[in-house]
Amino acid sequence: MPGNLTSQNSSQLLASLSDISLSIGGRTILQDISLQLHAGSILSVIGPNGAGKSTLLRILLGLQQADLGEIYRQKNLRIGYVPQKVIIDAQLPLSVRHFVQLGGNKAETELKTVLTEVGANHVIDFPVQSLSGGEFQRVLLARALLRKPQLLVLDEPAQGVDVSGQAQLYQLIESLVKEHNFGVLMVSHDLHLVMARTDKVLCLNQHICCSGHPEDVSKHPEYTNLFGDLSEAAGIGVYMHHHDHEHELDGHVCPLKDGEKCGAHLHG
Amino acid sequence: MDDFILRASMAGVLVAILTGVLGVFIVWRRMAYFGDTVSHASLLGVSLGFLLGISVNLGIILASLSIALLMIFLQRNRGLSNDTLLGILAHSALSLGLVVLAFVEGVSVDLNAWLFGDILAVSNQDIMVFGVVAILVLGLLFYIWKPLLSLTVHEDLARVEGVNVTLISTIYTLLIALTIAVGMKVIGALLISSMLIIPAAASRKLSSSPAKMSAIAVIIGIVSVFLGLALSYWKDTPAGPSIVIASSFIFTLLHVIPKQSH
Repeated sequence: MPGNLTSQNSSQLLASLSDISLSIGGRTILQDISLQLHAGSILSVIGPNGAGKSTLLRILLGLQQADLGEIYRQKNLRIGYVPQKVIIDAQLPLSVRHFVQLGGNKAETELKTVLTEVGANHVIDFPVQSLSGGEFQRVLLARALLRKPQLLVLDEPAQGVDVSGQAQLYQLIESLVKEHNFGVLMVSHDLHLVMARTDKVLCLNQHICCSGHPEDVSKHPEYTNLFGDLSEAAGIGVYMHHHDHEHELDGHVCPLKDGEKCGAHLHG
Repeated sequence: MDDFILRASMAGVLVAILTGVLGVFIVWRRMAYFGDTVSHASLLGVSLGFLLGISVNLGIILASLSIALLMIFLQRNRGLSNDTLLGILAHSALSLGLVVLAFVEGVSVDLNAWLFGDILAVSNQDIMVFGVVAILVLGLLFYIWKPLLSLTVHEDLARVEGVNVTLISTIYTLLIALTIAVGMKVIGALLISSMLIIPAAASRKLSSSPAKMSAIAVIIGIVSVFLGLALSYWKDTPAGPSIVIASSFIFTLLHVIPKQSH
């Protein structure tokens, strides 16, 4: 990866995939995928449905085997995982407190601290089945955080969350990374929101279409092929480098933070 | 009180305890058909016990454990869906058990007793075997409770968090097999899996946590045993089916009564 201007190069390598390929029943699911995950940095995987995003995550997590390629995970790497679909049987009486504790027995104070951190402390005694989509994603995040992860793996963390909730959730993830300095691997198709809050984007459609800083990826022909209209319609975040300002989540204009982001397209 | 009623009560209570604590996981994991398969197959154990001249209790335990392991193996290398696979195994094993029984010479086997239970014929030795199995099952369940609950809630999440899903699932499956082996003599091969399901399902409305739900399932199971035995004692009804009817009566009662605040 030439010319990374962010702090990635200096930070710790947590895990990586090299030349991962997988096909099922003759159909290529993933082809020659390589990626690296560093502490303190967010890598977002975007791509259309069926692009192999979740499969890629599962391979990194060791939940699924690849046909070819190498997986590296730092020794005793603590991973916090937020899976895609969690449906809990209605017959299972389980409170949020109990659900979160299943990830590892933790003291009540620690539990409350983390639930407060993700903004879900008010649901602690509720049955998990009674939560809204947004609340449940926050609770899942809390369970992952309680493990004090070095790497956080999120599979579509904003699914079932309304638009303003999505923005908040990505903002929360970003601030958590700043605070705890863990690495994040995140799958998403909420394009514009992800692009605004990520250090590196990997655009996947069985193979890696393109990867790099959000601004570079958004200009890449393969990306515009896949998402062209969509990203223009969304119109947030992605094109902020054309301007001398960026947009806050509520849409108001603020001056561009200098250096880092503009510098990004020097090597584009 | 008559000795046989005392023994029947003890056996029934032991079975209710085991089916109650394990049954909630059957309900949560949607494995109802799995219990059926193992219990049907355990009849094969009776036949093999007679045929090979080994203890019938041992035959049942071995047959249940084998069919459970076979199922775990087949599920991993599956080409067929789970319920199809279980349907094939359950009825093949039951039929095989019945056919093999026809080859057993010189012993008159009371088929009804094995299909529907014969709790009143439980011997002191049976109680001893049940007791040992109960201690083993409860001890192991206590030991795997948390990882088992974790993988019941979400298997992938449990795996990432370091739970050995294959090991824990296998242990649980074997505990079910042991429980069915014990319960079969009491409730019968055709009815034992209902004791795994009905008390557990009945306890849901009264429970606010997984542990409470399994405790309440045990209590409902025990109450069903005493109600069923009472009916059987005074009205001379078959004991196994009477117990099952008592538990479904409680289930219905709890579902008809408007929901209480808990």
